[in-house]
Amino acid sequence: MGQAKPLLVPDISARRVEIRYTFTGAQLLLFGAIIYPGGRAPTRPADIVVVLRGPVQPILLREKQKIAGIWMNADSNRFRSAPSFYAVASSKPVSELVDDRTAAIYEMGLNNLQLSPGGGALPEKERRFEAGLLDLRKRQGLYSENAHGVEINESVLYRATITIPSQVPVGTYTAETFLVDRGKVLAAATRDIQIDKSGFERFVALAARRHRLIYGLAAVILSLAMGWAAAAIFRRRM
Amino acid sequence: MDIYLPIAGQSVNALFIVLLGLVVGVLSGMFGVGGGFLTTPLLIFYGIPPTVAVASAATQITGASVSGVMVHMRRGGVDLKMGGVMIAGGLVGSVVGAGLFRILQASGQIDVVIGGLYVLLLGWIGGLMLKDALVALGYVSGPPPRPQQKGHNRWVASLPYRWRFYSSGLYISPLAPLALGFGAGMLTVLLGIGGGFILVPAMIYLLGMAARVVIGTSLVMILAVSAATTLVHALTTRSVDIVLAGLLLLGGVIGAQYGALLTTRMKPDLLRLALAVIILIVAGRVALGLTWRPDEIYSIEYL
Repeated sequence: MGQAKPLLVPDISARRVEIRYTFTGAQLLLFGAIIYPGGRAPTRPADIVVVLRGPVQPILLREKQKIAGIWMNADSNRFRSAPSFYAVASSKPVSELVDDRTAAIYEMGLNNLQLSPGGGALPEKERRFEAGLLDLRKRQGLYSENAHGVEINESVLYRATITIPSQVPVGTYTAETFLVDRGKVLAAATRDIQIDKSGFERFVALAARRHRLIYGLAAVILSLAMGWAAAAIFRRRM
Repeated sequence: MDIYLPIAGQSVNALFIVLLGLVVGVLSGMFGVGGGFLTTPLLIFYGIPPTVAVASAATQITGASVSGVMVHMRRGGVDLKMGGVMIAGGLVGSVVGAGLFRILQASGQIDVVIGGLYVLLLGWIGGLMLKDALVALGYVSGPPPRPQQKGHNRWVASLPYRWRFYSSGLYISPLAPLALGFGAGMLTVLLGIGGGFILVPAMIYLLGMAARVVIGTSLVMILAVSAATTLVHALTTRSVDIVLAGLLLLGGVIGAQYGALLTTRMKPDLLRLALAVIILIVAGRVALGLTWRPDEIYSIEYL
């Protein structure tokens, strides 16, 4: 009996997030149940870590420096796998739950992201750019860390709220839930979330990419028509 | 009222954008400028990515200049031959500008170049206009207003292959308006400005065109080149946001009509003073942005 592992039953408030014209961001509720073998919670309840991450993108991070009195881009560093969105919430600070190695394996916490910086830069420069990237995206609301964001009820039900800002990229997001006890990950479960533009927004984004000439002509015709309409309406009124 | 921009990929306050279009539209109606020099920096301050701001501002300029073109066409205030030459130069300029845009983007210096050009151009033109307006209003004493310069610049006169431009009352080489159009086309692509506030003085002082056709011809030129620029951006940078442009246009085309009405009720010198002050404020704000420590030291480019 003692060897049986607890089971995680995770769910998300929405499996699809549709970006429409009113989209100003979304709040996702990640919740679920912990099923202990024998149906009884141990006296020392385990902890939960949830991680929501967006598609990874290769990026070039540029750094501005003051040159001759003007702030301009002076240095840059490549990251081959920076997640476009990353939020971690846990019932206790991640550093108290697992050791550094485990945290690095599961990429728990902002400092454990595998960003794969490219191109043989000095470690000191790499660290500086990593810190810059984390800080920038934290302030944009794209990266977040909440050490007390998971609430556990009666040692069985857990819930966490994660906010997604409006400027997130579209794609497949993964929500990972980890059950952690005594420095070990006892159970893990993953769910996918689709974030996609829908309706008119999707149509416009696709048109701009696939039918560039028609899209450009449409923009020109729109502006000509609106200019002409305004002139015509005002001429009649005066 | 928030609305999501599909190309910029973020939500903005729709009312604010329409209002911005309205204000710029009023100014463009009053002064006969496209107003791009205001739209682009204001959109960038608001947090729209610079590329999207530049491309979508070009679309707005087209709409804002339509009613002006219609009015001047009816009055016969357009030199079509001169306009055609300038448009030809402008089209080449916008394509070359697009190439330059890409190179600068790849090297990471596009923001500084846009900012620097803004400060130089706006500071220069705004300063000249401010001085002129202050002298004309009698607030400062300057040299007596110089008589309207007759004819054209000496360099322009030395160019070969002269053509006759009847409506402009000129017999000059088409190379000069061609070069002027080329410059304006490049500025439109790079900075998202129509270039009207540079074209008009250049047409008067450099080419020596008849004043009657200057505004109309420059508007035709701006209309054609901004439309071409929208296309070039749609084809190359793919950053024309049709929703953003539509919102700007909504305010812009209505504002332009009221602006044209206001012009008839204000002293022209006061108008020029106001425009000069606005231009200098924008130039100052952009200059601050270049020299003060920016909010964001780091910026991300997607590969």
